[in-house]
Amino acid sequence: MDALAQSLGLALRLVADADPALWRIVALSLRVSGTACALGAGFGLLLGAWLAVARFPGQGLVVGALNTLLALPSVVVGLLVYLLLSRSGPLGSWGLLFTPAAMVVAQSILVVPLIAALTRQLVADALREGGDELQAMGAGRLLSALLLLAHQRLAVLTVLLTAFGRAVAEVGAVMVVGGNIDGVTRVMTTAIALETSKGDLPLALALGLVLLGVVALVNLAVALARARGAGAPGPALAGAAAG
Amino acid sequence: MDILTPRRRLLGRALALAGLALGLAAPAARAQAPFIVMASTTSTEQSGLFGHLLPAFKAAAGTDVRVVALGTGQALDMGRRGDADLVFVHDQAAEEKFVADGYGLKRLPVMYNDFVLVGPQADPAGVRGQDVLAALKKLAASTASFVSRGDKSGTHAAELRYWKAAGIDLAAARPAGDPSHAGRPAGYKECGCGMGPALNIAASTGAYVLADRGTWLSFKNRADLQILVQGDTRLFNQYGVIVVNPARHPHVKQALAQGFADWVVSPAGQAAIAGYKIGGEQLFFPNAGR
Amino acid sequence: MRTLAPPTLAAGAGALAGPGTAVPVADPPPLISLQGAGVRFGPREALRDVTLQLRRGDRIALVGANGSGKTTLLRLLNGLVAPSSGQRRLHPPAGGARRGPVTAMVFQRPFLLNFSARRNLALALWLAGVPAAERGARVDEALARVGLLAQAAQPARALSGGQQQRLALARAWAVRPDILFLDEPTASLDPSAKREVEALVEAFGQAGMALVMSTHNLGQAKRLASRVLYLDAGRLLVDCPADDFFRRTDLPPEAAQFLRGELPWTS
Repeated sequence: MDALAQSLGLALRLVADADPALWRIVALSLRVSGTACALGAGFGLLLGAWLAVARFPGQGLVVGALNTLLALPSVVVGLLVYLLLSRSGPLGSWGLLFTPAAMVVAQSILVVPLIAALTRQLVADALREGGDELQAMGAGRLLSALLLLAHQRLAVLTVLLTAFGRAVAEVGAVMVVGGNIDGVTRVMTTAIALETSKGDLPLALALGLVLLGVVALVNLAVALARARGAGAPGPALAGAAAG
Repeated sequence: MDILTPRRRLLGRALALAGLALGLAAPAARAQAPFIVMASTTSTEQSGLFGHLLPAFKAAAGTDVRVVALGTGQALDMGRRGDADLVFVHDQAAEEKFVADGYGLKRLPVMYNDFVLVGPQADPAGVRGQDVLAALKKLAASTASFVSRGDKSGTHAAELRYWKAAGIDLAAARPAGDPSHAGRPAGYKECGCGMGPALNIAASTGAYVLADRGTWLSFKNRADLQILVQGDTRLFNQYGVIVVNPARHPHVKQALAQGFADWVVSPAGQAAIAGYKIGGEQLFFPNAGR
Repeated sequence: MRTLAPPTLAAGAGALAGPGTAVPVADPPPLISLQGAGVRFGPREALRDVTLQLRRGDRIALVGANGSGKTTLLRLLNGLVAPSSGQRRLHPPAGGARRGPVTAMVFQRPFLLNFSARRNLALALWLAGVPAAERGARVDEALARVGLLAQAAQPARALSGGQQQRLALARAWAVRPDILFLDEPTASLDPSAKREVEALVEAFGQAGMALVMSTHNLGQAKRLASRVLYLDAGRLLVDCPADDFFRRTDLPPEAAQFLRGELPWTS
């Protein structure tokens, strides 16, 4: 516990000193994981919505596979992307390895199953409630799914925050495809890993606390936006206040 | 707030993708300085040498050196795959094979540092001294724990050479209760990890470990570990730099990489190496051209 | 099984014809017709051999016990489910380029999206293909029609049960349907909300919309319908003018039993 108190003090000092190297690392973490979530959302939301409405043989298998991918270890994703982007690999000529772009690719792959699986469940539940009415109004199935996504935008936001948490906290994928290059691909988690392996445990813990603080700020900002735009309470019950 | 008409949602998605494109493009736009990727080892990076050496090179030549730190084996693999422009490691045999197999142009010796045998202050195995082989024999005869990196690194390769030279066969199990048998010591543990984590394990379990002086000097979590054996010339650890062969990987930035190799063996580079100290102590001893 | 005679001239002409009136009015053209249609869900046959014609000006009440197939028949007529046997045919409205009638549907519990009342209606119009320039005016007109213009900017899900159902009716009104389907629209509402909704449904019918409404409430059926369809276990047993249904003595036993079993609400 002494180490924890020491780390807390160190964390506060790091923030107060506003070391530009530290903030560069924090900014890169946010940029990489934020971009990965945006890209992952683009694919994942569509995939989840489509899976909720599609009917094809073997659909159960696809959904099962998607749920299995939720447990994909980040380092495995990193290795797969590394093999793809390596100069000896199929996409080597793109020269993306050891750049932030490679990290974005790896983290996007990591979060797409998460977003898709949760979105599929959201949309499927909402379809049970309102699928008939949307169909009666003339919406095709995929359009119904997309409308229901907009209808449940607050739940979708929670899904995206979950994905962001997964991305910003992972170290396996960004370490392998980014190489933890000082000033280029070093992010919070790889910096923490480096300090840990150098034996500087208080600094590693302090960096961890800074990371948590930054993510807490992000969540706070989103929660404030939610509160301002909060949707109405559930449908009023029959017999409640006269219409 | 219900600003999300279907059209606006599609627009939002398009914006997200545009943001992605910007996010990816921005770093490329920022990286105007020419750069090379150098595969090196975790122990070298953790010693802090690069933080001192690379800015000096950038001032001299204007090239950024992006260091990816792995174990020696992995670093050479990276060179074989063409993912690095040059390699800077410390395993002479492996390096010479790398060049002989055609993956590298020429091996240039650059500097050496030394290994130290580190262990608990109480030294239960009684290894303290200046002879590493005698120390290892005593370790093997005791029940003390020894942490091996076990990760194909230069340090790991050196460690295996020392055991072999001391006549200990790590592959052979040692029968219980027979301290004179030349087999694997009872407390031998492999962690498959880098130098720092290995030191962490040794510090928390009171084990012995072979470490490079650079990592040891920067290591902050020592508990009651101390240097017990040092100064044996066998413990010297030679570094070499090799430019990856462009005949194998045409995209390699040969000119820039050669620029670094030439600089680091030049008087300016060698002086920069000698000038790196931790707590007033020099870690690396330049020996290019010797 | 005994079925009554197919709808007579009097029924076809809707509220205009009364007993004893011999006005030779031609049958209005059919909008949707079913021929021996059946719907099967796996092993279960929800509807069997249904033949009927839906005409302009019809005000139909669909009655029957729970599970008799009322909802399935509504969904079949509206095209939400396809017939597993027999035929469903659409008839293009006179002079129109459209393939079939425009329909809208109101459900027992309205599903409104998590947007404002106005946005919900605008969305319905967008789905119906109404050009953007017209949407605003039609939304306002529909909201005014049901008395919800003041609540236009409120989140739809914050409205009371009765208001939500009126909003659903406004959503239907806005697309100017030829036929309005209603699946027990007042079953979840308190008496005053029930009255408001019934008044609106009646007004829609007066404005020329064909109505097909399933209901448990025989009083409601008496008040609103010109024609009654009685379903039992998926079969259409009775199809006759409303007055006849409630006075008739030669109804099939199931229908007679059904009438007796229900308490006649007159409120």
